[in-house]
Amino acid sequence: MNFFWDLFLGGITRGSIYALIALGYTMVYGILELINFAHGEIYMIGAFTALIAASILTMQGLTGISVLLLAMVIAVLYSSAYGYSVEKIAYKPLRQAPRLSPLISAIGMSIFLQNYVMLAQTSDFLPFPDLLMDVELPEAIAEWIAPSEFMIVVSAAVLMICLTLVLKFTKMGKAMRAVAQDREMAMLLGINVNRIISRTFIIGSALAAIGGVLIGSHVGRINFYIGFAAGIKAFTAAVLGGIGSIPGAMLGGLVLGLTESFATGYVSSDYENVFAFALLVLILIFKPEGLLGRSSQQKV
Amino acid sequence: MKNHSILKYFFGLLLSLTFIISTTAQAADTIKIGIAGSHSGDLASYGLPTVRAAQLVVRNINAKGGVNGKRVELVIEDDACKPELATNVATKLVSARVHAVIGHICSGSTKAALRTYKDAKIIVISPSATNPELTMSGQYPNFFRTIAPDDTQARLATNFAMQTLKFTRFAIIHDKGDYGKGFAEYAYKFIKSSGKGQVVLYEGITPGAVDYSAIVQKIKYAKADAVIYGGYHPEAASIVQQMRRKGMKTAFISDDGVKDQTFIKVAGAYAEGVYASGPKDTTRNPLAVAAIAEHRKGYGSEPGAFYLNAYAAVQAVLNAMNKARSTDYNAVAKALRTYQTDTPLGKIKFNKQGDAVGAGFSIYQVRKGAYVELK
Repeated sequence: MNFFWDLFLGGITRGSIYALIALGYTMVYGILELINFAHGEIYMIGAFTALIAASILTMQGLTGISVLLLAMVIAVLYSSAYGYSVEKIAYKPLRQAPRLSPLISAIGMSIFLQNYVMLAQTSDFLPFPDLLMDVELPEAIAEWIAPSEFMIVVSAAVLMICLTLVLKFTKMGKAMRAVAQDREMAMLLGINVNRIISRTFIIGSALAAIGGVLIGSHVGRINFYIGFAAGIKAFTAAVLGGIGSIPGAMLGGLVLGLTESFATGYVSSDYENVFAFALLVLILIFKPEGLLGRSSQQKV
Repeated sequence: MKNHSILKYFFGLLLSLTFIISTTAQAADTIKIGIAGSHSGDLASYGLPTVRAAQLVVRNINAKGGVNGKRVELVIEDDACKPELATNVATKLVSARVHAVIGHICSGSTKAALRTYKDAKIIVISPSATNPELTMSGQYPNFFRTIAPDDTQARLATNFAMQTLKFTRFAIIHDKGDYGKGFAEYAYKFIKSSGKGQVVLYEGITPGAVDYSAIVQKIKYAKADAVIYGGYHPEAASIVQQMRRKGMKTAFISDDGVKDQTFIKVAGAYAEGVYASGPKDTTRNPLAVAAIAEHRKGYGSEPGAFYLNAYAAVQAVLNAMNKARSTDYNAVAKALRTYQTDTPLGKIKFNKQGDAVGAGFSIYQVRKGAYVELK
């Protein structure tokens, strides 16, 4: 174990979470050209749901990995329902409106959800159980990486591979790509665009919820405001990688996480955000479409 | 015409009376304590409780036969918390040959007056001047105070870490806010100037960040004995938790932003053993209860600001004169630094710089899920 490796691991762990959330931003942007500012809140709701579910399950006498998995499933279902409803309530009625309207609606939704959770739950920080620490790793791995970091990185990797496969090989994936490329043409070819959009929101929300459970368990505390900081960073990651591009969001998340980790480690944590955003500015200057983004002409 | 002459007589009488009083005072060989502070103007409410505290303490002492067999007498002067008036007050008190001064009230006027007292070798004890420089600068060996200066928490925490826990390598982390950064800056200064410790890491973190693993790694690789954290409990909880999960036994020492039950709730078992400074609890001190009751009885009202601090200041200086068996400057100053006085603030004495030890703040430690005051 050395300093570099530890920083690298920390950066990858953090970056994986950014990437999971960034996928939600980038998928929605790819299809609707909308920045879903309420996405960070979905992540926060996922963490809260998991916390409540885990407390109930633990009270029922369950332990170990079963609590983690069940809590995660409940969080995914709940967050997906939220993501679906947010789209139906806040964005669908504005489908034909100017682009600024759904953006404002998204900001409104974000503020609403934050305050809703604050009033319905609490404004204090809540302790989040160490669900990930209960996982036992083989000694050879445990020497190199903490169980929570291992679980985060592996889960994120598995989810991203699954997502890529779904998008590449399933019918729904094809339909999603088609809608992203040209919504009207897809509609003409008989694709139910509204259903595809709903599914995109559900998938994005599910990923965010898993991110919420993982990070909640990793840092051990949540409150109603965690969605804001994570959302901003994930959005930055999505832009960094090229918004609208799925591999871009993954790469962007990892690059951002590593940059922050190394900036803190080798320079100073005072400059953590300075480095993160300086990197963003540099990339946008030299490659305005992001690392893996396609350059798109403005439609006239 | 007639009225005029009566006035003349009156003034004449008054003048001669003052002469009589001062000569008798000289003759009776009393101990004179100057009380300087704001007794008029906007800030009178800060200064008047000190006058009352002094009057009550002196009355009690005189009833018991005074100090070293001498009566204690008060000389009360008003500076209205104005530095330019404060120097005049100081000159007046020096020429009145007071043996010690309780005051001044505001840091600015205290600073202005101190030079005069220092040249005249008069001990000054302020119940309320909190500016750290007054004691820190070392320019005023005659200055003491019974209130904690603005930097107390950092001083307490660093002294505790270096002297009690014998740590030498420190990582100082703060949340970049005024409160946390102020604490961290003082802690840094104290550790540097003590020469006994080494600051191996000094950094600010971003409050509300997703995680703090990188800074925790830095703390680990800096091989710090202890983390001194300036800030509030949410980030502290995260850092402590991540440190403990990495198997680090590094001590965690913080301020009263962390001395909060929420910290223990959030950090759970990881909070165990964390140190934090917090204000000392005086409400259960029987002397404080008695001093407040005395004020109610004597003046029919609740005591105002700095009342207990002033009460303690007068008690401390009289006790020191008693222990030193004289009013000599060097002897009393030494006694103030050597002997403890039982006051409403607790048992206090003064350190080299002149700050009260045993007043103000205490170190607490999380033990079995609750903060316990360390004695």
